[in-house]
Amino acid sequence: MTPVPRTICIAQFRPDKSDPGSALRRAGATIERALDRDPNTRLIVFPETALTGYFLEGGVYEEARTAPEWFQALDGEHGRRGLPPVDVAAGFYERHERKFSNSAIYARLGEGGGIVHVHRKVFLPTYGLFQEARFVSPGAGVAAFDTRLGRTAMLVCEDAFHSVTGALAALDGAQLLLVLCASPARGARSPDGPENLATWDVIGSRLAAEHGIFVILAQLAGFEGGKGFPGGSTAYDPAGQRIASGPLWDQALVPVTINPGDVSRVRGQAPHLADLEQAWRRLMANSPGAADR
Amino acid sequence: MTQRFDSRVRPAPGLDPDDDSVLEINVETVRRWLVEFLRQEIAVQRGFSSIVIGLSGGVDSALSAALCAEALEPESVHCFMLPYRSSDPRSLDDAHEVAEALGTPRRVIDIAPAVDGYLEKESGPGAHRTGNVAARVRMAILYDQAAGLGALPVGTSNKSERLLGYFTWHGDDAPAVNPLGDLFKTQVWALGRAMGLPLSVIDKPPTADLIPGQTDENDLGVTYRSADLILFHLLDGRSPAELVDAGFPEGDMRAVTARLDATHWKRRLPTQAMLSQTAIGESYLRPVDY
Repeated sequence: MTPVPRTICIAQFRPDKSDPGSALRRAGATIERALDRDPNTRLIVFPETALTGYFLEGGVYEEARTAPEWFQALDGEHGRRGLPPVDVAAGFYERHERKFSNSAIYARLGEGGGIVHVHRKVFLPTYGLFQEARFVSPGAGVAAFDTRLGRTAMLVCEDAFHSVTGALAALDGAQLLLVLCASPARGARSPDGPENLATWDVIGSRLAAEHGIFVILAQLAGFEGGKGFPGGSTAYDPAGQRIASGPLWDQALVPVTINPGDVSRVRGQAPHLADLEQAWRRLMANSPGAADR
Repeated sequence: MTQRFDSRVRPAPGLDPDDDSVLEINVETVRRWLVEFLRQEIAVQRGFSSIVIGLSGGVDSALSAALCAEALEPESVHCFMLPYRSSDPRSLDDAHEVAEALGTPRRVIDIAPAVDGYLEKESGPGAHRTGNVAARVRMAILYDQAAGLGALPVGTSNKSERLLGYFTWHGDDAPAVNPLGDLFKTQVWALGRAMGLPLSVIDKPPTADLIPGQTDENDLGVTYRSADLILFHLLDGRSPAELVDAGFPEGDMRAVTARLDATHWKRRLPTQAMLSQTAIGESYLRPVDY
């Protein structure tokens, strides 16, 4: 049977810092707009910390909620608007087991809904303008999970700078990788916009092509204390080709159509993942850099 | 789109005192970036629909005003010219030309009565103290006018003068929002040219305009072009010795490092005695927009 193309919507979003009620209402309105625009939308992807704002410092301890609390709040917004069931991925600061994390929730809203998966950011940038490890704890690992769009995995921003995370997601069966980002704009020499987006373009394309997976990069928008989040969300097909681009600086809904059949087609032509599956244990056992750790 | 793996770890630029390409910016990228910054920080984050700005007749304030006029509406950018009796009359002319070109409302307030009303009771304050008093009176007026208009004061300090400590603490650095604080002076000139500012404000020697004939570069003992290049490389992790070995003028290096090293305090808030485990800004950390 021919796989049916599926529609994802990247919600390039500006958070409402320290106003979770407004953030939730706006997130609900965004979900409604995405479904109005295309009722076939299966998944809406918000960026890292979309529900709280990124630079909170000690405010993390006040703004963090448990994943079930965020789910109930989002599901309540969704229900209040009478919307059809839809999957949502969103970044937030999480309180769990007496710890705090920079997390991503994947949930199904509406009838039969619930939390499908929570990924806790593994690599916490604590250098330059970043101070994450001072305020949150690192996640333990990367795992894929089953969704209506196929097997999926999530990373949060810096996680994707370490190519091993994409490999782990793919080895666990992910065919769709959601990367929720909050990347402050830096570098003003390019006519195409802030230079950090060029870095993300390379990372997104490379992750997709190496493992033969779809990659969604959902970028935050807005300014926080002078630091600009430039938007510019993107998506890549399993060959590494960019298939969607969001505008710079503004909030936006960026539709992405994925054809699951592309995964097997590309992997048939370039079986990098199959080769990695065969070699992984041997590599880990015989590579001193891995085995000694 | 430029393909470079990690923009946060830049390849080390060559150390060449004649190569100022490291300071190049894409003016359209920066223009849009700063206009969005101003819209967000003024209107969205703080809820203001208008701003006040002091127009000195120099390029920094002209550029800040031009960016604000693009971010808001020209009629929402209230320009104040605040001359003292030692100010060069041509500065006021240049400020008028800028406001005229931008189509912004403007007002001239002579600060001499306020400054002299205080200083005439002081014995021999000299140019340095007089300049600092004038800068702080200007800022007091801008904040008061902002309160009267329900507007936000916007700043004009650039990265070069901030790094060199060439400003009055709690004077010209005081506004809540500043679009130019991460742009070197030479980059301000580049953006000012691209935005079509009057050549009279771009081409004239920068001056604090406190003493007749005064120029920034004479005060600093180094040109902005040389200072900006040195500052760029120092902030990029190079040592003064490396730069001198590469041919950067030793006198310029001394002029820059002496000012940079002696003015870290001017780029920070006042020092507080810490007594508790909840000291503000040390342990109790909340961002400015929280």
